Amino acid sequence: MRVKSLALLWMAPLGFLALFYFYPLGSILQLSFARSAGGAAGALLEALRSVAVREALWFTLWQAALSTLLTLLVGLPGAYLLARYQFRGKSWLMALASVPFVLPTPVVAAAFHALLGPRGWANQLLMSLLQLETPPIAFVNSLAAILAAHVFYNTTIVLRVVGDFWSRLDPRLWQAAQALGASRRQRFLRLTLPLLAPAIAAASLLVFIFDFTSFGVILLLGGPRFATLEVAIYQQATGLFNLPLAAALSLIQLVCTLSLTVIYSRLSARLSRPLSLRPRTYTQQRLRTWRTRLAAGLLAGALLVFFTLPLAALALRSVTSIEARSRLDRPAAPGLTLDYYRELGVNRRGSLFYVTPATAIAISLGYAAATVLLALALGLPVAWALARGGDAPLNRWLDPLLLLPLGTSAVTLGLGFIVALDRPPLDLRASPLLPPLAHTLVAFPFVVRSLAPALRSVRPRLRQAAAVLGASPWQALRRIELPIIGRALLVGAAFAFSISMGEFGATAVIARPEYPTIPIAIYRLLSLPGSLNYGQAMALSAILMAVTAGSILAIDRLRTGEGDEF
Amino acid sequence: MNTKFLFPIFFLLAALLMAACQPAPSTPQVTQTSSPQGPQTLSVITHDSFAVSEAVVAAFEQQHNARVQFIKSGDAGATLNKAILSKDNPLGDVLFGVDNTFLSRALAEDIFEPYNSPLLAQVPAEFRLDDQNRLLPIDYGDVCPNYDIAYFEDKGLAPPQTLDDLLEPQYKGLLVVQNPATSSPGLAFLLTTVANYGADGYLEYWQGLAANDVLVVNGWDTAYYSEFSLHGGTRPIVISYGSSPPAEVIFAEQPLETAPTAVVTGGRACFRQVEFAGILKGSQERKLAEQWLDFMLSLEFQQDMPLQMFVYPVNPQAALPDEFVRYSVIPQETAALSPDEIATGREAWLQAWTETVLR
Repeated sequence: MRVKSLALLWMAPLGFLALFYFYPLGSILQLSFARSAGGAAGALLEALRSVAVREALWFTLWQAALSTLLTLLVGLPGAYLLARYQFRGKSWLMALASVPFVLPTPVVAAAFHALLGPRGWANQLLMSLLQLETPPIAFVNSLAAILAAHVFYNTTIVLRVVGDFWSRLDPRLWQAAQALGASRRQRFLRLTLPLLAPAIAAASLLVFIFDFTSFGVILLLGGPRFATLEVAIYQQATGLFNLPLAAALSLIQLVCTLSLTVIYSRLSARLSRPLSLRPRTYTQQRLRTWRTRLAAGLLAGALLVFFTLPLAALALRSVTSIEARSRLDRPAAPGLTLDYYRELGVNRRGSLFYVTPATAIAISLGYAAATVLLALALGLPVAWALARGGDAPLNRWLDPLLLLPLGTSAVTLGLGFIVALDRPPLDLRASPLLPPLAHTLVAFPFVVRSLAPALRSVRPRLRQAAAVLGASPWQALRRIELPIIGRALLVGAAFAFSISMGEFGATAVIARPEYPTIPIAIYRLLSLPGSLNYGQAMALSAILMAVTAGSILAIDRLRTGEGDEF
Repeated sequence: MNTKFLFPIFFLLAALLMAACQPAPSTPQVTQTSSPQGPQTLSVITHDSFAVSEAVVAAFEQQHNARVQFIKSGDAGATLNKAILSKDNPLGDVLFGVDNTFLSRALAEDIFEPYNSPLLAQVPAEFRLDDQNRLLPIDYGDVCPNYDIAYFEDKGLAPPQTLDDLLEPQYKGLLVVQNPATSSPGLAFLLTTVANYGADGYLEYWQGLAANDVLVVNGWDTAYYSEFSLHGGTRPIVISYGSSPPAEVIFAEQPLETAPTAVVTGGRACFRQVEFAGILKGSQERKLAEQWLDFMLSLEFQQDMPLQMFVYPVNPQAALPDEFVRYSVIPQETAALSPDEIATGREAWLQAWTETVLR
């Protein structure tokens, strides 16, 4: 591909990044370092000399690595199952697995508390079974809680990115290997792993970056003994207003992300190879023997339990009344109730910022739709440039930049928006456009990562054949590549949608209180005392889960009749 | 659905959506320039916890032929920081939500213009912490240990009365507090201990609390809804607000005869948070901003605040809602620390606290 057309493809996405990422980030870093006596270097030196900062950096790195490893361990078997077999309820399992990804951290924390907290269902059950005085499971405020929450959140990334790629690999390769006498282990090590490597690398990178910048999970489930860089940035920027230190920490965080993405893009260019991707009807088989049925059943069951239990505990909590006791003679009697849901529709205090759940859902869906469209419009040209331009210098330089927004402190970037986007025509500080733009920054690398492997593995011969037959590049894209990557497009869309639905940027972006998304409405309820408020927060969380699962199912349905005629 | 149609459809939708998302020809600028008689817009920057009745704002808008646009920008600290960072091109006309723990930072950054509201005369001197009236007190609230009444009745145990009591063995493992580095009530409680035991004695008190198995969590909602025995937890004493007991009654599922929680007020166990509002430098709507501040100090707004934000009015003439009168106690004496002392000591106290309690 010529440099000129490559540059053309990069133009819009780069312009977007320049305007909504580099410019705000640069502005806030510059302004912050200007407040430090020693400038940027002084602030960085001071940060690196601090023991607390070094500890935070070390903790951030190893917990992210460990979380990523665990996520792969849970996700890869699941990806295999979803990629290679057809069974009833599969799309439901996929939809269910993507629900955690969109839940705002206060909701996930509440779900884990409802299940494993001191008075959660598990502890209550064990206490009454074993006649214990104190709760036996001490889960919250521990490293285990952080790791479990990270796996809970991000397994869907592995399932989608790896599972989708896996499902299009030609099974004849394995059949050939078997016929040539390769053992199961050899087939796995010499065939499966190398072929899947690009997808696994892409998924691991995304998961790692998410865990690396983890904020809410650490705060709410890990407790005060654990602090990632992001938590330290928040404390320095918000509580102490030590902007130079916050900026230095953000820069350290950025350097880590950048190094990772550089390593990744070098690696992925080397790992990927053109393959003939097959439609899934062709690659997938039904569960025929009782052994595969049993294994698949166990695996699906384990995944189901892992994803459902916390969600179910939360849903159950939203219909269970645990009335605050006011007198001794009226002990707390848990009973089933729909009061919380009913109360959601009532503006009891005549509050100006009250919105009905339906309005909050509509606002959330509106933002999510805008994010999906924007992320696809920006992500497709980039993925295409990456796939067609291959290892061109432009690609090598620009590709690692894409993931930077994911690995950037949301607190810092939020302050950057305030500083940079403050004059017309770009005075977006209090504009309702700002949330979808911010969501797109996070969503669009996901779209690229979902599309690039698929586009890259479209065999050049197909395109060349089309060209020989007189198709223009645009026709080749529309008739050949798009149908092949239709599935990946939907995966990207599902990601963008999920990211926007769950984004909870209360501390990052300024908001017009008359347009609260569901997560913000939940947060409002959680910040007031009283059982009715907590119950309503649980009810609204359950609604968010349902809306998300429903939407993901709907997106999945879109693919029926996808380019499977290939 | 065939994917070959999918793509053009996406683009069409994208175009439509972008068009629809264009901010509707925003009334403020248009009306301001074209017709001086039309409503003017006042924008009020505030924090996430701000709430107000629809009717109250409507009354102001009608009275002054104005429109009030609220903009929320995170918690109290984040809101102030954003106002400071945008001081060259202010986000709005008025900022509400600077509390006494952030007062010195706000004044040092010089982002507010003085305004001597005539209604300040009605406000007691203890709330007027800025002698130049750049920041005007609007409301206050107390952060105190709250306890679960039924728990103590069940166990036949007397609830704690003072901070010192919390060190007693019978209250071992009963208290949950918030991390002062991440939570505003957590910081208030740390300041309470500094005020009571001095800058050289508060760490010893915290060592005592740690020995008595205090639980520290990061946020108010985790402490209150997940660890406090009234809701999801096992600990019957939690740091919360003086207005939490009436809130428990108001947001009860079934009507309650008494509040399920009570507040420890003895021996200056509470920290008083006072919240301020001020006119941001560079505001184009100085007159309207003054009118809004007067309105915030007037009875109409002051009497609306308790049930909206669960804070107390600084105007002593404002009547409190029935639930507040019946179920909350306003402590006689609270922990005393001036905004300057807080600004000077905050970072060192936080650091020493982290090393003592968390490590």
